Amino acid sequence: MRYHVLHTTEYHYSQSVQTARHLLHLVPRPVPWQMLERQALRIDPEPTTRAHGIDVFGNPADRIEFAASHDHLRVESEQTLTVAPRPWLATPTDGPVWEKVRDALDYHASPLGDAIAGAQRMRFESPGVRVKRELEAYAAPSFAAGRPVIDAARDLMRRIHAEFRYDPEATEVGTSVVEVLENRHGVCQDFAHLMIGCLRSLGLAARYVSGYLRTDPLPGQALMTGSDASHAWVAMFVPEIGWIEFDPTNDCLADERHIVLAWGRDFGDVSPIRGVIQGGGEHTLKVGVTVTLVEAGN
Amino acid sequence: MPHQLLSLYARQSGRYDEMLAGAEHLRPHWQALFEALDVSTPDQMRARQAFVTERIRENGTTYNVYADPQGADRPWTLDPLPFILPAHEWAQIDAAIAQRADLLDQVLADLYGPQNLIRSGALPAALVYGHNGFLWPCQGTRPPSGHFLHVYAADLARSPDGRWWVIADRAQGPSGAGYALENRLIVSRLFPELFRDQRVHHLADFFRHLQDSLARWAPVDPGETPFVVLLTPGPYNETYFEQSYLARYLGFPLVEGQDLTVRGDSVYLKTLAGLKRVHVILRRLDDDYADPLELRGDSSLGVPGLVEAVRAGRVLMANALGSGVLESSGLLAFLPKLAEHLLGEPLAMPAVASWWCGEAPALDYVIEHLAELVIKPAYPSQRLQPVFGRDLDARGRAHWVERLRHRPHAYVGQELVELSQAPVMPDSGSPTLDRRLVARAIGVRVYAVVTPEGWRVMPGGLTRVSGSGDVDILSMQRGGSSKDTWVLSEAPVSQFSLLKGELGAGDIVRAGPEIASRSAENLFWLGRYAERVENSARLLRFASDRLNEEGDAAADAGVSGKAVRGEGARELFGEPGALATAVGYCELFGLLPPADERSVARRLIEAALDENVPGSLASTLRRAVWAATQVRDRLSLDHWHSLNRLHDILRRQRPDGASPADIGALPSTLDRVLLACVSLSGFAMDEMMRDSGWRFLILGRRIERLQCRSRIVAHFLEACGGQPAGVDALLELSDCAEAYRQRYLRTPDMLPTLDLVVFDTDNPHSVAFQADMLLRYLEVLQRDLAASGVAEGAAGYGIPPFREAVGALNAFSLHAIEHRLPGGTPAVQRRTACAGCNELARLLRVAHDASAALSNRIAERFFTHVRPAARILSA
Repeated sequence: MRYHVLHTTEYHYSQSVQTARHLLHLVPRPVPWQMLERQALRIDPEPTTRAHGIDVFGNPADRIEFAASHDHLRVESEQTLTVAPRPWLATPTDGPVWEKVRDALDYHASPLGDAIAGAQRMRFESPGVRVKRELEAYAAPSFAAGRPVIDAARDLMRRIHAEFRYDPEATEVGTSVVEVLENRHGVCQDFAHLMIGCLRSLGLAARYVSGYLRTDPLPGQALMTGSDASHAWVAMFVPEIGWIEFDPTNDCLADERHIVLAWGRDFGDVSPIRGVIQGGGEHTLKVGVTVTLVEAGN
Repeated sequence: MPHQLLSLYARQSGRYDEMLAGAEHLRPHWQALFEALDVSTPDQMRARQAFVTERIRENGTTYNVYADPQGADRPWTLDPLPFILPAHEWAQIDAAIAQRADLLDQVLADLYGPQNLIRSGALPAALVYGHNGFLWPCQGTRPPSGHFLHVYAADLARSPDGRWWVIADRAQGPSGAGYALENRLIVSRLFPELFRDQRVHHLADFFRHLQDSLARWAPVDPGETPFVVLLTPGPYNETYFEQSYLARYLGFPLVEGQDLTVRGDSVYLKTLAGLKRVHVILRRLDDDYADPLELRGDSSLGVPGLVEAVRAGRVLMANALGSGVLESSGLLAFLPKLAEHLLGEPLAMPAVASWWCGEAPALDYVIEHLAELVIKPAYPSQRLQPVFGRDLDARGRAHWVERLRHRPHAYVGQELVELSQAPVMPDSGSPTLDRRLVARAIGVRVYAVVTPEGWRVMPGGLTRVSGSGDVDILSMQRGGSSKDTWVLSEAPVSQFSLLKGELGAGDIVRAGPEIASRSAENLFWLGRYAERVENSARLLRFASDRLNEEGDAAADAGVSGKAVRGEGARELFGEPGALATAVGYCELFGLLPPADERSVARRLIEAALDENVPGSLASTLRRAVWAATQVRDRLSLDHWHSLNRLHDILRRQRPDGASPADIGALPSTLDRVLLACVSLSGFAMDEMMRDSGWRFLILGRRIERLQCRSRIVAHFLEACGGQPAGVDALLELSDCAEAYRQRYLRTPDMLPTLDLVVFDTDNPHSVAFQADMLLRYLEVLQRDLAASGVAEGAAGYGIPPFREAVGALNAFSLHAIEHRLPGGTPAVQRRTACAGCNELARLLRVAHDASAALSNRIAERFFTHVRPAARILSA
């Protein structure tokens, strides 16, 4: 599938901001199944300094700084890219027994392979995802003894989708996973954090994937939830196979509709725009995402 | 019959005794101290105890905040007896700590570099990635010095067999070195001969190594001089006292996150003269709070962009951001193997035996031996108090076994170390114990600093003493105490000292306008509040004197403030008396609590002593102390002492609801306050370096004094009706009574009084003198800043309107109030005088308002860019 993505973020400040620094995760990271043809990042006003780099999790990151006072910030990110089917979908499998995966990740005082070493980064508590007994308890019915790990995770995803209400008004950036679990509602970010917390509480490795979802429904399918803003889902590590992506907001495995932007331990590592401003008074924020199918097929 | 000193000293079979090798057999290195104590009289012993208490009180040494508005100040506690270590024992500790610091530095370099220790299986990923002190954004950074760890501390304890063990590692911004220094300065003066004859190692070399190595490794651009700052979380931090103490001692400005800014990829200090590049940050702020952009976003203590500056190698952090990952009980279990692996040698000093439950055999061991072990969290974020297995009943044990099995990697089982014991002097409060020692459990925190020639260990440290109840817990928060630590030398010791003569003689280390704007602001307000305290004390003393003279009966009868001020007073006293006048002056300054049914006496007491009464003397003093607290690194100890004494005078008199303080005693309390104020202003005027910071302090004082005096005089003029009654009050409240007597040698008249308090530029208490000084300092400030590249005209400082108001005031001729107009009737004369008085009052009010505008202008021009708080946006 070939897409055109336009992601605009606009802040207006009631009083001028004197200095500001922002960290942007708006350029798609290179992954084997995505080909980026064209991308542009337009920033208004022109930043005092601007630097492009790769962050510690391998995501492209742009750092911008404003040393002069300004009353608005508009960031426009535009891409044309092609998404192919995920390679791991070619040979459907339920994966190994989940306890085996957990044991393979445990410490054995012996050298780690690259894949296992990489998975360790996504296995423990992170600033946005606590590891709690409540989460393990919630996951338990899906992770019966001896159940294959992908099958179990799919069941966990299904239950989150069924038992939690999608409600953009209910939560905000920073709502804790435990609150989400108690209140049974949230948005894609909350559901992703919840599922990650559940998997990590079981000793599995799971990461947060930030990206976009195509806006128009596939023929014969309903409009997907979360398509007018940036989207988030979960990837779980399975030895020998790799990272399998689950979208608990839509109860499906990620496919060509899911465009990957960045991944990290949780939202905090990859938030599209994060900034610290001095001054500014009140502000208004407007975010718009449109994902347009340019052509279907590969 | 045991030795008298030892009659209460209990030896315990399960503990190592630092002083005694047998029942009465002294270890040789304690001999000299013991003999010195043995020949001391009870009075001498008491005097030592008193000296320590007095020094600590005067220095305002505290463990947590001195002047926290919540009032949570807790004095530091120090035992007069040092803890003594002989040279040969110290040599082993010294080598072991240097080795351990080196090892931990290498561990950090790996974790924030290639992470081979995790890949090879030498270290579990859980202990690193699962530790919230591991800061991913800092992975891949390389410090300009090549060292992640610059200052390291270890908590040591001695087991019954006499061996030293490491209990914990401190790698963030280890606290306590400043307290060790302070303890040394006090205790070495208690036993000066002993200190010299025993050849006790000095501590100064350690701090010089710290200064030198930070300067050496500072990433300066060609032509730059290394600029080092000490980054503090601020006055609310529990060890803020120590931080300001160290900053002063090391000569590094004490800064908060809001004082720094990152532009491009360099860090700058916001000074009065603009931005000044910072090359090295000695950090006492926890690293996860250091940059709200890339680290914790919920903190306003940090500096946005700091991580980027670190990444660019443009600033040296000591210690590196992310070094907190080393503070982990879990790591202790792996260090012996890491030492073999990284250094190719065994650890010279073992850590207390620890089992990380994340390994199955270790978990089994811990469960099996739970009763003998202490359970600790593997990560500091868990906020779990250590659990002593021996204290658990069957249910508690079952509960813990289940918890351990459930999340094994979060827990560590540790062997219990029975701490050694050393002699302390009993609290001075105990009457019978004057010449007897008691035994308390102790542990020592030791410090090391990295230099280009390797690690250097401070020969000494902070010895912590358990409280009487908690034998195995060393915690200043839980009632423990501390000791100076004497390391004896077999050779002559280095006499190097960073102190310039007596501590506190020199005042400000740095000159010029390189003062942080926030410090300038605090100095400005310290000046204003200190002056306001003095003015309030004078007003209240005047009022309470009048009350005691004429109002005993009225006070007893419970005459309310309203009554005294209004008609009631006339009924009682015929005419509004001196008391009413005095109360009027106090109310002019909003000093008194609202007039209600309470007696005047009660209101005066509250106005003086009650911090909760807005505008009271006590509340103003609290603000002064708070402002001073934030610039402690810029005030000499003597200056600080005098402020402390002032605070103490009021604290000791504080009224509690049950027993109101005595109004009869109030004037003498206020006399003491005024005396302390004089010494305080003496330090401000004479002791401090004349740099920009000082100028702000003095500007604050002059503005405040000008405002107080002009209001008092204007109030007098408007009420006088052209009559000289009340001139005495005016002289006293303007602090000019003495000057008047010296000059005129007769009872005060109106015109000479007005001349003295308003116009006489030779009188440091006159309105004109304040105005004169203000204009002079503003010019100097302007010139200073221009010299450092900040060009701005007088208008920028709001000077012209003020100068104009002062000019108009000075042009007033006292002839306008002259009584003896030739040929006029008394009525005409009085009317003319009245008009003159009103005109002078008006001019004074104009000058007052102009100085207020000036104050605002100074705040806007110099302080406001301190204000806007950083806010986090996320989309």
